[in-house]
Amino acid sequence: MGEPATRRDGQASPAAEPGASAGPLLRTEELTRHFRIGGLFSRQSLHAVDDVGLAIGEREIVSLVGESGSGKSTVARLLARLYRPTSGEIYFQGKPVSAIRGRRDLLRYRGDVPMVFQDPFASINPVFRVSHPVMRCLKLHRPELSAEQRQQEAERVFAAVGLTPPAEVLQRFPHELSGGQRQRVGFAQALALRPKLILADEPVSMLDVSIRIGLLNLMADLRDSQGVSILYITHDIASARYVADRLIVMYAGHIAETGPTEEVLTRPRHPYTQLLLSAVPDPRAPLTVGAATDRGEPPKVIDPAPGCRFRWRCPLAIDECHKVTPPLRELLPGHSAACHVARADASTEAFQ
Amino acid sequence: MLAVDQVSFDLAAGEFIGVVGESGCGKSTLLFAIAQLLVPPAEITSGSVVFKGRNMVGLTDKEMTAIRWRDLSVVMQSAMNALNPVKSIQAQFADAMQAHGVSSKVEIADRSAEVLRMVGIDPVHLKSHPHQLSGGMRQRAMIAMAMLFTPELVIMDEPTSALDVVAQRSLMVQIKELQEQLGFAIIFVTHDMSLVSHFSDRLIVMYGGVVAESGATRQVFDSPLHPYSVGLMEAFPSIRGPRIPLTGIPGSPPDLARVPPGCRFAPRCPKVMSRCTETPPELYPVDGTLVRCFLHDGERASHG
Repeated sequence: MGEPATRRDGQASPAAEPGASAGPLLRTEELTRHFRIGGLFSRQSLHAVDDVGLAIGEREIVSLVGESGSGKSTVARLLARLYRPTSGEIYFQGKPVSAIRGRRDLLRYRGDVPMVFQDPFASINPVFRVSHPVMRCLKLHRPELSAEQRQQEAERVFAAVGLTPPAEVLQRFPHELSGGQRQRVGFAQALALRPKLILADEPVSMLDVSIRIGLLNLMADLRDSQGVSILYITHDIASARYVADRLIVMYAGHIAETGPTEEVLTRPRHPYTQLLLSAVPDPRAPLTVGAATDRGEPPKVIDPAPGCRFRWRCPLAIDECHKVTPPLRELLPGHSAACHVARADASTEAFQ
Repeated sequence: MLAVDQVSFDLAAGEFIGVVGESGCGKSTLLFAIAQLLVPPAEITSGSVVFKGRNMVGLTDKEMTAIRWRDLSVVMQSAMNALNPVKSIQAQFADAMQAHGVSSKVEIADRSAEVLRMVGIDPVHLKSHPHQLSGGMRQRAMIAMAMLFTPELVIMDEPTSALDVVAQRSLMVQIKELQEQLGFAIIFVTHDMSLVSHFSDRLIVMYGGVVAESGATRQVFDSPLHPYSVGLMEAFPSIRGPRIPLTGIPGSPPDLARVPPGCRFAPRCPKVMSRCTETPPELYPVDGTLVRCFLHDGERASHG
């Protein structure tokens, strides 16, 4: 909302915005991505993401949480159009993303929905000054800007992510910056595109603990001051709680539970969410080594039969869980879980 | 460059000590120095590592080989890199045992199966190659390998940092159970302070190559004394309690090639005083905890 209209100039944008602004910024419907695995004649397929329906509103930080292999990075890549979905659709501002044709529209989508990567040491080319990637993005995505305007814009985004003095930092080489600063360059680069939604895939997991919080604060600040939405992908549920407005918990390619952050964390309905919460080391909490610990691991979902994918690890599994894939049901307003056992009122305590 | 500067501590038999700090604080160098694994140009320029009454600094490779695995074993951060990808787990276990003079095939097979069972892996995986195991299982296999001779000291360098929270938690519980069962001592190096909070007896917080604070784990967590420890504690968002804005610690760790003249934490310290930038503080004892900060220099605090 309230985005300057400058970047729309001269570009035909059918399906005008007014109607679209009422719905979410981005939503997916039954988004599915399978990967064929094995040899040439193999018919096995790995179900990385199955039937994922999610929505991200304007000025909202949504956190996608799950273990490695849960499909959370695949979702990010689908949204960034690095992968094409096997089936299902992504709607951005109400328009289907699969309908994007031509370089110019694709460029615009990529500018609206840029990605920030996990490893700040690998994602910036070490032989160029850090101004280089930002300037290139500006040249490519906003060709109407003059050289002088590009410089100003680069300084603006560097200042916005806390790299000060911007004119000086722009002239540095990546090796002269710390890990935290490099990751800020990643966000500055995304910001230069005037994005609507930044896809941040584990942006802080490579950083030192004392630096992480600064980046998390930056994300909240970007939402408030620049009006962007952020999809924050992480396995660290505590940091998700710190910044996210809403939480989506993924397990083995499915959404297990979703809802407002505090609501999900204080009243987790899905046994998997409870397991995740019980595993977080919390120095402030009393020692609970004796608590039930789970030794299982998330399955590789290859040609799955119907049924809940968490059933082998779930202490509450009933017969139905082995036969029917639980759909995501809204148990409380805005709070849904994909579990046959979970109820809105009664507490289902699998792990604590 | 002085990566680790005058770090001293005692480790009792069966004790679990956690060493925490940011990247570049010297914690891995310290661990390599203890295990005598430093490769040139890195070397121990002064000090000693006394293990069971014997100074290991200056021992020949041959003498060290006899100690390693048998009395002291090391579990590295990335099991994928530490295990040989072209050999089965069984073959790697056998290598380690044969190197220490165990030649009986039956004995090797029995012991290998036994240690795998100890860490909760089915012995059928002895025939597996590392890539066939999941990340958590590889790390467990590494720990099993370290248990082959029931050593008295196991040194662990971030063994869980490549794992997910759930796998991490279960591995930590497993390590603690094994320790209680077998009674070995552990030096556990990690950047994640909260990870060791429930498991270690003592905690050493390192900053810029020196010990910033060391004491009983619970005490350091409940009442951290060094401003750096306080900052670290406040850098963790919690999943419980009120959502409070956190600040982390501004700035970045010092470049050890150019350490500041006074306290190494002074440039980032919220409580910095004039003397902090001039003279390096010593370790001052406060209620059984040692802290390298002028704020706790009891006798001379009034001068600050």
